[in-house]
Order: sequence, then structure tokens, then C-alpha cells
Amino acid sequence: MSARRAVAALAAAVTLVAAAPCAAQAPIRIGEINSFSGIGAPFTGPYRQAIEMAVEEVNARGGVLGRKVEVLFRDDKGQPAEAVKHAQELVASEKVSLISGTFLSNVGLAVSDWAKQNRTLFVAAEPLTEAITWAKGHDHVFRVRPNTYEQGRMLAEKAGKLKYVKWATIGPNYEYGKRAWETFRDRLKELKPDVQVVGEHWPTLGKLEAGPFVTAILNQNPDALYVSLFGSDWIAFVREAKKRGLFDKTFVVGILLGEPEYIDPLGLEAPEGMLVTGYPWYDIGAPPHKDFVARFTKKYDKNPVLGSLVGYVTYLSIFEAIRKAGSTDTDKLVAAFRGLRVETPIGPISYRASDGQSTMGAWVGTTKLDARRGVGIMVNHEYVPGEKVLPSDDDVKKLRSGN
Amino acid sequence: MVLFFIASGLSLIFGVTRVVNFAHGSFYMLAAYLAYTLAAALPLGGASFYVAVALAALAVGALGTVVEVGLLRRVYRAPELYQLLLTFALVLVVSDVVKLVWGSENKTGPSAPGLGGAVRIAGQLVPTYDLALIALGPCVAAALWWLLYRTRWGVLIRAATLDREMVALLGVDQARLFTGVFALGSLLAGLAGALQVPRQALTTVMDAAIITEAFVVVVVGGMGSVPGALLAAVVIGVIDAFGVLVLPRASLVLTFVVMAVVLVVRPWGLLGRPEAQARSAGGAITAGRGVGVPRWLIAVLVAVLLVVPPLLPTFYVWVLVEILAFALFAASLHLLMGTGGMVSFGHAAAFGLGAYGAALLVRWAKAPMLVALAAAPVTAALAAVVIGFFCVRLSSIYFAMLTLAFAQIAYAIVHQWYDVTGGDNGLLGIWPAPWLASPVRYYYLALAACGAGLAALAAIGRAPFGLTLRAARDHARRAEAVGIDVHAHQWRAFVVAGFFGGLAGGTFVFLKGSVFPESLAVPVSVEPLVMVLLGGVHSLAGAPLGAALYKLLDTVVTRYTEYWQLVLGVILVALVLVFPRGILGVLGARERG
Repeated sequence: MSARRAVAALAAAVTLVAAAPCAAQAPIRIGEINSFSGIGAPFTGPYRQAIEMAVEEVNARGGVLGRKVEVLFRDDKGQPAEAVKHAQELVASEKVSLISGTFLSNVGLAVSDWAKQNRTLFVAAEPLTEAITWAKGHDHVFRVRPNTYEQGRMLAEKAGKLKYVKWATIGPNYEYGKRAWETFRDRLKELKPDVQVVGEHWPTLGKLEAGPFVTAILNQNPDALYVSLFGSDWIAFVREAKKRGLFDKTFVVGILLGEPEYIDPLGLEAPEGMLVTGYPWYDIGAPPHKDFVARFTKKYDKNPVLGSLVGYVTYLSIFEAIRKAGSTDTDKLVAAFRGLRVETPIGPISYRASDGQSTMGAWVGTTKLDARRGVGIMVNHEYVPGEKVLPSDDDVKKLRSGN
Repeated sequence: MVLFFIASGLSLIFGVTRVVNFAHGSFYMLAAYLAYTLAAALPLGGASFYVAVALAALAVGALGTVVEVGLLRRVYRAPELYQLLLTFALVLVVSDVVKLVWGSENKTGPSAPGLGGAVRIAGQLVPTYDLALIALGPCVAAALWWLLYRTRWGVLIRAATLDREMVALLGVDQARLFTGVFALGSLLAGLAGALQVPRQALTTVMDAAIITEAFVVVVVGGMGSVPGALLAAVVIGVIDAFGVLVLPRASLVLTFVVMAVVLVVRPWGLLGRPEAQARSAGGAITAGRGVGVPRWLIAVLVAVLLVVPPLLPTFYVWVLVEILAFALFAASLHLLMGTGGMVSFGHAAAFGLGAYGAALLVRWAKAPMLVALAAAPVTAALAAVVIGFFCVRLSSIYFAMLTLAFAQIAYAIVHQWYDVTGGDNGLLGIWPAPWLASPVRYYYLALAACGAGLAALAAIGRAPFGLTLRAARDHARRAEAVGIDVHAHQWRAFVVAGFFGGLAGGTFVFLKGSVFPESLAVPVSVEPLVMVLLGGVHSLAGAPLGAALYKLLDTVVTRYTEYWQLVLGVILVALVLVFPRGILGVLGARERG
């Protein structure tokens, strides 16, 4: 964070404090726990900024139910136990009405389990694991982003129409990487039974020594490669793969890799022609979205990334649920979230009554370099809404029956 | 090769100054970011990258000098481990400084001009930059060799590595020698970081990613041995690169398994030498008189802990439980490092295995909560029997690194064994029985468990067993000479420490309701170390004091600022400078006058 942004944040904090006594009623308090330091930081920084923007905007219009909204941010440091401590503190001491946030799947699961035990509403913004709303789902948890299963399926629907038969994969050696591949592979095989898997590679998250993996993949000679690496691992992989000519020989499908968080740092080194899920903010024409981008860019002097959109949508959803419930009582909020419909910059989404998963979708498209901005972008993209890839309510019931 | 640069610097620093420099990875990260910025800013065209690398390395070397003179030098008289506490604080500070200056987004630095391509060797394309690094490695090694074997300064360094006190007795100015070595070591870390820019992304977590690896290389090679570091860097590099292709599930631990095997077979690393028996006192802890805590104070404290919690807001009751668990955890480590002089970098194994022992019983055997809680220390103690058997035969940093290796192996097993442990998604729903679920009731259970544990540890410390351990710590050879089986006693101490560490883990898991592989990871090993040092390593009471202080600081600071690492780091630095032997250590010294 630049010094200027730090000052701006401080100013915002001062304004909040100064404004508090003016509010007619006690503000509505919301606890936001996220990995603001460590591996999640590239995503959670812009996420937090968008939340601050959403809160500022709603307060400028008089707040929610006539009350100001106040968000208390806590850094979980990437540690589940730390996140649980913050949840305890926020609910017991700060009397927040609900908890939101989390980035890493295991942190999300820990907070979700705590919320279940303590009958607190938890709106999971970013963790992608399916378990949050399915195998470990419960009444008090809702999730905003499309999960691993949905994004894997979206890519498979497209990849199934392509000619590639011999597939390999590389991803981080934890649940996200494995599930991202399994959901994709299973659907791909349904669509194209002659698909063969010639190699699976699972390097340690955050410690990829890319060269040997690239060589190994080249030796397996796949037609196409499915990548669930992200962040610094993905950058290291691109550099080594380019030098060794992997992208010239192999078609690449990358989950999340069209998100500005992961494609922007590559600059003009971003590989072209990959099939990815992502967020082409520069190219979404709907006026509410253009307006969102303009406001974010004006306020922070930089582009939004997917984290910004997720943060904004999460808080719009929370505001809407409070309005619908007419109170901040947990039971009423939980009831309000079931089937909640929210108008967002990317159109309406709703929270399914069966599992609490939102129907927010993702964009699927192909990467291309944009010489003018000096970064990779997505072209020929299509927005796939969550409804198209989510399992039916009956299937969800089965998935949740283990609880 | 980058691993060699960073490891050789670390090795030199440790060899001469005995500083376990956690901040070495931070210097590496800082240099990478500096090189990134300089390469873009310098108006030298193609040469600017190479100039930037040199400038970044020099700048970080200069920073190392400042740190040594400004901070470390002030605490050389304290037990050596206090420098570790300082460097840990620096890690926190540098991490937030990088975030403040450069932001938290991942960054991609420039490619090396002229070395961006690849050449075909044996049918494979090999990047020219990698080849250049491979060539640079031996050049740097040769330069270091010349420096160490062909200059007077090098002779002094080698002499100091072998026998520091003798060098001091011969009238060599230690302060200047230490500063020089620290500057050189930091410069090498800086070089490593700057050279990494064309290969990897710049992230705010690159320090943590490299530092354990660097320690592994140093230990496998042999502390203080530059050729050892070179050999080990090649070995570890090859294993890192190709081992994961052969044994993908073991990728998390392969290097640690190799380190464990090397240390079991060659306790001083591949090219290291056995350490000379220190003259003054054994190991890292100098013999100091423990500070007795007056009985009336303990009575008052117990009374407060019994009476006050029901009056506290709920959250503070939870914080108290966490402090109790960590007080016991730190105290169990104190038995090893304070009483036994064995510094463990892997005590998380006890904590995490205790936590998992309890959680697995609940998950798979539907065991009642109290049974599961009782199983926690047993699980950890059983693991300690095995781990301790191998570890107690090593001394000082080799002991520490072998415990770390075992903790990492345990971490990897828990992380990858999805069917049983739930893998990285952990085990959920491990809550106390309904009649204990209210925070205050669970608090009293934790107080009973941890209080009993602390009392038992205090009794053990005063018992003949504890005194024997101290004898072995202060002079292992003399202890052996009077007929004490040193290793057997140390082994027993390891098991006892594991037992109570496990109890702490069990208490913790029912507080949080879930357990994840993180409970076995490096930060969980470092925390109790910091706590024991903060409180004062010479007294058992220092451990709970340090735990309470650290946890309260952490809770308060994290709550009020986004930049908690910076604030906490600065507070820790201040504390170490004011209390260079831990809080109780300094208070005790004052009391005695």
C-alpha cells in the first residue's frame, strides 16, 4: 500500500469516528475477517478497498434501516485459529451482527464451523472450496463467489468442444488444486470420452521450482494442459514455460488465470490464447458496471480487480439482506439470505435456498495481449451465470446429507 | 545456485557470530524488491539490470551492517538466543515495510537483458539465465574461498568459527570481525534476492518461502562451511527439482527427509566439523540463576485466575484460555531449552500432534471430549519417544534443525493424508461437551489442565531429574564423568516436554473447534520460542509470562492496526533492547544487584 493510500485510509477512519456520534442510532456493525497479510494480500487489498467504498456509499445515502454501517476489519494472517479468535472477539466484544470474508478455504471452513457452533451468520466471500456450502454446509453460512466445482465445469463445457485428447495438469498440492482438476476432468470425460490423462503434477504451493516441471510436461507431450496454479507460482511457471516453448506446443486451460490479480503482474509476458475464467472489467458494457469501475478508479486511482468486485457484491448482499430482514437479528438475517435477490453491478444474483451458494457467475474467455495497457486481457468472453453449472437442489441435498 | 548464495551467507554468519538469523530471508526479499525498482529507474539501458543487482546487494549488505552495529551488538552479552528474538522482530518489520513501500500485489521483474533465451542441451531447452547462474555459483564460491583461505581476515573468520573464545583471547577485535561477517552474509543474501528477480515473482511472502530452505542447506552442508553450503545447495536443488516428479506426495517434505537422514548419519552435516566443547557453559543457554517467583505472588495469581474470569467479558475469557494453552506450551519448551539447554525449532510437533490426537479420536471414534483431551498428551508423548530418540544425539543447531525436520514430516503427513486427517481442510466440529461449552466452564477446565501441567513442570524442574538435566546442559562431559547418562535424561525430558506440549494442543483444539495442518507448521514452533525468550529463559515463570505478554500484545495490536507486523516487531525490538535477558532475567539481575 502506498503512503497516499495509507493516509486516505486513515482519513476515512477519522471520518468514520467523527461521524459516529452524529448517527441517530447505534451503527450496524459487521465483522470482516480476511488474510490481509501473506499469500492472500494481492486479492484482499483491493477487496477491502471495495468494501470501504460500498460502506461509504451506503452511509452517504443514510445507511441501512436508517443506521450507519461500520465494518471492523481483522487480519487472520492466513491462520484458521487466528480467524476463529477474531470471530470470538468480533461477536463477543464488538457485538457485530454477522461475520464476513475469508480467503483461504481452510480459514473459511474454520470460521464457518465456529459460526455453526455459535449460531452466527457467516457470509463467506472468497474461499472456493465446495465443502463450505455442501459437505460441511449448514444453515448459517452463505457464499458469494462461484466455487471450484462451478469454475471447473465452466471450463470443461468449452474445452469439451475442442479437439484436444491428451491432457496433463499442474496445480498446487492441496484441496483447491486437486478439486479444480477433478471437476474439470470428470465433466470433460463426460463430454469427450476419448480424453486421456498423460500426467498430473502437484508442486508445493508457493514453492514451485518451475523448470523441471515444464520439462516433465513437455516430455509427456500433451495436447493440452490444465493449470490451477496461481499467484507467484503461476508467474514462475510462465517464465520457465516460455523459455522452453511450452505455450507454442500445448493448448492451456487456466482456472482463475484471467483474473486481473493473476494476469496483470505478468504484463506483456502473459501467454496468449489460453482458455481461462476471469474478470474482464475493461470490457463489461452494462452501465451499472461501468459506473462501478469509474467510481473505484476515481477513488483509488487504479483498476478494480476481481477481489474488488467480490468485496462490493458481498457487501451489497449484506445490506440487502438486512433491509429484507428489517433487523440485524441473526435468525431473521439467515431467513432473509435464503433466496435473497441482489442487484449488483454485474446484474441480479440470488442466494440459493438449498445451499446458500450465490448464483454469481464467472467469465470464460481467451487471453490476448493488450499492447496499449501493456497487460493480458480476455477476449471472446462469455459470462456464465452460476445457475448454469450448479447442481440441482436434490443433488445438493445428497451432498449435504453427510452432516 | 541462488540457494547457495543465500545459504553461504547464513552459514558464515552463524559460523562466526552464532546468530540464528531469521532475518536473512527478509534481506533476500528486500534486495529483490530493490533490484526490481532500481532496474526500472536506472537510465542505463541493458546494463541497468546488472547495475541494479549489484546496487541492491550492496545496499542490503550496508543494511546488514547497520542492523549488526545498531541492534545485535547491543545484545551479544545476553544469551545467544536473544539475537534470534531480535532477528524474528526484524522479519516482522521488513515484511510490513515491503508491503508499505511496494504494495502487496505480486510483481514480475524484468528479464535479464541478453540472457532471456534458451539453448538446446541434450534435446531440452535450458534457459541461458539459469546457465549463467550455474556458472556464477562456483565463481562466488571461489571468491569466498580466496577470501577465507588467502586473506588475514579469512583466517580470523575460520579461527572464530572453530573457537571463538580463543580468537578473542588472542586479542582480535570481535566486534569488527562480527560486523564484517554480518555485512558479507547480508550482501550474499542480497545478491541471491536480486538475482532471483528474472526467475520468480516478487511477493511479500518470499522471505518465509526461502528461509527454512536456506537453513536446511546450511545444516546439511555443515554450519560455517562454504563448500558444504555449495554441495548441499546442489543436492537440495536437485531434490527440489526432480524429487517431486518422482514422489509427488512427498514434495512437502522431501528436503526435510533428506536433512533428517543426513543429520542422523552425519550429525555435523556433510562437510561440517564436530563442535568444540564450549568452555564456559554448554549450548546456547549460559548458566544463570533462575529467578524465584515468591510464593505469595503465585497464590495471588491463582486466586485472581480463579475468581476474576466470570466477571470478564466473554472474549477475554477466550483469550485467557488461549494464553493458558500457550503458557503450558511455552513452559514445556522451557523444560527443553531452559532446563535442558536443547533449543527446539520443531516443538509444534508436540502441539499439533496433541491437537490431532484429540481431534481424530472425536472424529473417528466419537470419543467423549474428556477422553479425547486426555489422549492429546499421550499421542504427543508417543511421538516424542520416536522423535527424541533421534534428536537427543545431536547438539545445538543440529538438534534444533532435526526437530524442525520431524515437525515438517508430521506436517506433511497430516497435510496429505486426506482420508484420515482431512488434509488441508482439517477436522471440524471438535467442540467441548455441551456441559463444558460455556466459555467460563471451558476456562476452568483449561485452567485445571494447564495449571496442573505448569505445576508438574515446575516440580520436575526442581526435582533431581531437573537438576540432572541442568548439569548436562552446563557441562555435558562433566555430567557424564559423574555417571549421568546424558542422552537418556535428555530423551526423557523430550518425552515429558512432548507430553505437556500435547496437552496444550488438546486444550487449544477444543477452544477453536477445528484443527488444521497449520498447527504443526513453522510459526507454531517459533511462537513458544519467542515467548520463552521474551519472559526470560532462566526461569520457568518466564514462559507463562512471555506467553501472556506476547498473546496480549498480538491481540491488541492486530485489532487496532493493519500494520500489526510493523508495530509488533518494533515493540519486540524495544523489549529485547530494554530486557536483553528476558523480562524476568533482567528483573532478577536487578534484584540481586
